[in-house]
Amino acid sequence: MRIRDNWNRPICSVPGARVDIMERQSHDYNWSFKYTGNIIKGVINMGSYNYLGFARNTGSCQEAAAKVLEEYGVGVCSTRQEIGNLDKHEELEKLVASFLGVEAAMAYGMGFATNSMNIPALVGKGCLILSDELNHASLVLGARLSGATIRIFKHNNMQSLEKLLKDAIVYGQPRTRRPWKKILILVEGIYSMEGSIVRLPEVIALKKKYKAYLYLDEAHSIGALGPTGRGVVDYFGLDPEDVDVMMGTFTKSFGASGGYIGGKKELIDYLRTHSHSAVYATSLSPPVVEQIVTSMKCIMGQDGTTLGKECIQQLAENTRYFRRRLKEMGFIIYGNEDSPVVPLMLYMPAKIGAFGREMLKRNIGVVVVGFPATPIIESRARFCLSAAHTKEILDTALKEIDEVGDLLQLKYSRHRLVPLLDRPFDETTYEETED
Amino acid sequence: MATAAEQWVLVEMVQALYEAPAYHLILEGILILWIIRLLFSKTYKLQERSDLTVKEKEELIEEWQPEPLVPPVSGDHPALNYNVVSGPPSHNIVVNGKKCVNFASFNFLGLLDDPRVKAAALVSLRKYGVGTCGPRGFYGTFDVHLDLEDRLAKFMQTEEAIIYSYGFATIASAIPAYSKRGDIVFVDRAACFAIQKGLQASRSDIQLFKHNDMADLERLLKEQEIEDQKNPRKARVTRRFIVVEGLYMNTGTICPLPELVKLKYKYKARIFLEESLSFGVLGEHGRGVTEHFGISIDDIDLISANMENSLASIGGFCCGRSFVIDHQRLSGQGYCFSASLPPLLAAAAIEALNIMEENPGIFSVLREKCKRIHKALQGISGLKVVGESFSPAFHLQLQESTGSREEDVKLLQEIVNHCMDRSIALTQARYLEKEEKCLPPPSIRVVVTVEQTDEELERAARTIKEVAQAVLL
Repeated sequence: MRIRDNWNRPICSVPGARVDIMERQSHDYNWSFKYTGNIIKGVINMGSYNYLGFARNTGSCQEAAAKVLEEYGVGVCSTRQEIGNLDKHEELEKLVASFLGVEAAMAYGMGFATNSMNIPALVGKGCLILSDELNHASLVLGARLSGATIRIFKHNNMQSLEKLLKDAIVYGQPRTRRPWKKILILVEGIYSMEGSIVRLPEVIALKKKYKAYLYLDEAHSIGALGPTGRGVVDYFGLDPEDVDVMMGTFTKSFGASGGYIGGKKELIDYLRTHSHSAVYATSLSPPVVEQIVTSMKCIMGQDGTTLGKECIQQLAENTRYFRRRLKEMGFIIYGNEDSPVVPLMLYMPAKIGAFGREMLKRNIGVVVVGFPATPIIESRARFCLSAAHTKEILDTALKEIDEVGDLLQLKYSRHRLVPLLDRPFDETTYEETED
Repeated sequence: MATAAEQWVLVEMVQALYEAPAYHLILEGILILWIIRLLFSKTYKLQERSDLTVKEKEELIEEWQPEPLVPPVSGDHPALNYNVVSGPPSHNIVVNGKKCVNFASFNFLGLLDDPRVKAAALVSLRKYGVGTCGPRGFYGTFDVHLDLEDRLAKFMQTEEAIIYSYGFATIASAIPAYSKRGDIVFVDRAACFAIQKGLQASRSDIQLFKHNDMADLERLLKEQEIEDQKNPRKARVTRRFIVVEGLYMNTGTICPLPELVKLKYKYKARIFLEESLSFGVLGEHGRGVTEHFGISIDDIDLISANMENSLASIGGFCCGRSFVIDHQRLSGQGYCFSASLPPLLAAAAIEALNIMEENPGIFSVLREKCKRIHKALQGISGLKVVGESFSPAFHLQLQESTGSREEDVKLLQEIVNHCMDRSIALTQARYLEKEEKCLPPPSIRVVVTVEQTDEELERAARTIKEVAQAVLL
């Protein structure tokens, strides 16, 4: 309660690289907040999921969305199966399918609901779900609602997964020993609290060997990974046909909202008829659809500019630069080298509040997470990099993080990395990295 | 030798070690080594000593064939080929290339096309862009969201409101936030699918009572009371909820709210009211079924509605007392773990609320139109009207079913297609046949909006009559 002011901070501008935060004050230890009316302008935004920088209020995406808004209105007022299937939705789905390299795709109004409503449509009782330890709440909810048996394997640990697969096939369902109807493996592209990337080649090899099905949730990795921005499949250079169900959201890299599922045509046909969302839930709003279509075309390069490619490259450079500099400063960073989600370990719950407030004082907005999203002694601050961050913004942020790190004694790392490339060669001896 | 004065001096202990007998030392040493070995050995499961060799296991793995991921769907499944709407789904709608008058989308107050709503959304688009790029907890809370929550709370005359970014997720996240394993929920048989999913996610004990049958509900409540008296300690910690809808989506009927409130106070249960269809329709100012019956809003613990019907936006909201709603900010799954509502949709909803507050006369106009078409559609041979006379979304069911649901669905689809040829856009009510707990019979859903003129209503009634006669004879 007392550190509640680090979350739910209201903003009043575009969630781009810089954002305006409304100032709040509390006189009763965060039980209630009052808005002072001041606005803190120009806070560097390292918390919004804006990987490719499409959260903008100017530019071609916004113009197209405005036009569609004028023409179509805002709401749809009906479900997909009844009379809510607009031509815009069909266009979007074809585009998503070609973007991912799969046969067909289907789009839904909310990313969370995509998982929680489609997993029950795919598996039911008598099936087995193998899900990663750190899967998102939507995957967990979808798995629970489906009624299948759930077994959890250790995070990104292929031996654990293989052991579970072997045991499942050999021993069958518990107690009755009947064979399982289907086995579904649930993994995510990038895990949002760890920043780690799934070991996709190994998972696909296992899946092929044991004839299981793979459900890949690319909420954070679509658009953010890979030389052409097509997600973790592109990053590893694998074939999208190997993944049975490719799911993702449009919230993070495309600056809109909603989710999609892509896969073979039979899968999508089945989902069109049996998905809970198609029958009972309203379809996507037309201006949001237009934003997704324009931004996707931009990433694919179909709108004639190289803006998409530049954004992807900028994001990759920002990621590498930021991570390297933080490591050099001596912080402990989790996650894969190429993931734009950078968790910085704070470890002590008391430092959560301190870090968040100090960074806000220095005009940088960060996201701090503690229990129950992470284990209680592994609280962290999570930075989400964006293609909209320029090098100056990153440098300012790094300077402030350095200061706060010294102030709060956060530089836990015992690796000594000498910055090899920045200084010209001189007489100093190079220290080796010690363990 | 150490004295009884308990001086554990090290030198004397070592001396004692030298002077101890040999067998004692050896025994101690063996015991210590055994303990260390036990500490470091791996635990084994008794089942692991199974009788399958590695080769047999590999054979089993080879032989196992899973089912295909999805069963094949036949090409003429009724739900497979969607109607494609080109252009906005407003009053005059173009379905599959045909121009029709829209009797199928839930645009009750005609706000889908309203220029003021569009202008407000445009202003918001130019200021904020489209997406919010984050959940409410991490820089996804915009001042527009806070505004909308304020306005909704004031409009419904409750203390606080909370908005969700998806209508389905509203009630499906609200119920599991309050009702956990071991709690008891009494729910109507005709409750919509979203409520059913919320109940399934909550893992509570579910008791269904017959649709709108207060005697049945009272019987169940009495039975529960008897159970409680057997085990008073457990009864004190279980929570009891009654979940009803204002206007039921599946039948078009209204819930008897005054009796429910009486039952609530008698048996000490809490009422959750789902007002997706009745918000913006019933009541003098459009506040829903509580205003319609004149019941104080504090009697209802939680009102949940989605903004996709009358408000012509996307998303949903819950409103009620402050301490009830605040709980959802940390435990509503669809709130905490999902991105927030795009600000342009929130701005559109605020403008729609403004319009609703400025002309409270449209609610009675809507009710008039509903009554009119309800009367006009009575007496069609072969079809019966299901629903209240003032409900803007009611059903037309077959008077006598052919015996198989598939045949019924086909017949109704023929009626719908013929009506569309004569430029009246209708739709069948769609359900997931295998997943619903109590599947309603197949029906055509007719929706009345404020934008439909009297002449169009007459034409629609006439068309449906003629088509029904032609098809069902």
